[in-house]
Amino acid sequence: MSESPHTSLLSLLAVFAPLSLVTIGGGQSAIADINRQVVDVHQWLSQAQFVDAFAISRMAPGPGSLLVTLIGWQVAGFWGAVVATLAIFGPTTFLIYAVAHMWSRNGGARWKRALETGLRPVAAGMILASTYVLLQAIDGGWFARAVALASTATLLLTRVNPLHLIGAGVAIFVGLHAISLA
Amino acid sequence: MSEPETPSAPSCSRLFLVFTRIALTSFGGGVSGWLLREFVQNRKWMTQEEFLNGLSISQALPGVNVKNMAVWIGYRLLGWRGAVIGFVGIIVPPAIVIVLLGTVFSSLSRYPLTHIALTGAAAAAVGLSLSMGITAARAVPRKAVPISIMAGTFIAVALLHWPLFWVVLAAGFVSVAYTYAAAS
Repeated sequence: MSESPHTSLLSLLAVFAPLSLVTIGGGQSAIADINRQVVDVHQWLSQAQFVDAFAISRMAPGPGSLLVTLIGWQVAGFWGAVVATLAIFGPTTFLIYAVAHMWSRNGGARWKRALETGLRPVAAGMILASTYVLLQAIDGGWFARAVALASTATLLLTRVNPLHLIGAGVAIFVGLHAISLA
Repeated sequence: MSEPETPSAPSCSRLFLVFTRIALTSFGGGVSGWLLREFVQNRKWMTQEEFLNGLSISQALPGVNVKNMAVWIGYRLLGWRGAVIGFVGIIVPPAIVIVLLGTVFSSLSRYPLTHIALTGAAAAAVGLSLSMGITAARAVPRKAVPISIMAGTFIAVALLHWPLFWVVLAAGFVSVAYTYAAAS
């Protein structure tokens, strides 16, 4: 928090650009490490603020990694948002661009398949780790965990729109709060 | 006489509008299905095979799948200009929306109810994260090495708090090398 604006922008870049390259299986997988860097290492946000930002990023349209844009904005305003966004999305954009450019010439089916199948266990481990970290971070104790598990089950068993589930989560918590006030 | 089934390329502005619309109406996943419907089935700008190749590459490479896919599709359709349009169209409009939402919520943050509502949203969203994790875990081959790599990644990141970058570099290298060798 005591960093100068200039240092903040450089720190945002230094934190998010390397993370960008390890977001295999989508941005979801990096949330555990984003949480560690933002809350523990740099103390840009409190754990509660981080969970709030995570919730907002799930309610907003577009890629979930826009969480990083929101963090950048909270740390260093407009330029913070721009730098954080470019840091998290930029490096992999050059990578996919280069691959799109080369892919058509190169056969290499075995290499492609090894890449796809080989990265699967890593991606699964990372997404599960992020979920674990979020479950630890969330307020509301066992009640919140029960809501999370109910949401998981619903998603696995039905084709419900995830946004409706998030709405239900809000309604349940606000409703519970109203009752306990009464 | 009959035209071959060559998909025709769109103009830059059409392409930008399609990406922006998909970006602003996509919530919590399922975007690949959207892209397939728009680009292959409705507009016939590319073949299904071309699309599916792009999809598997987008998923295998690091980076948000939707963004990778947008850059891939844009590049196939309009070269480097298309790639830029894909990136900007899929990232910038929702980035503006999220900052606006963040502003609204932070101006409401003095009310305790705001944090309670967001906690409820986060709890449900963690469920989304877990269901994705379970789906991803189901796709892992039921063999000792891939399962150990998955478990090792989980332990290193969630319990030991090792830096993700090095964990993924090491685990990814071992896993891809193993898969490549095992395929022979």
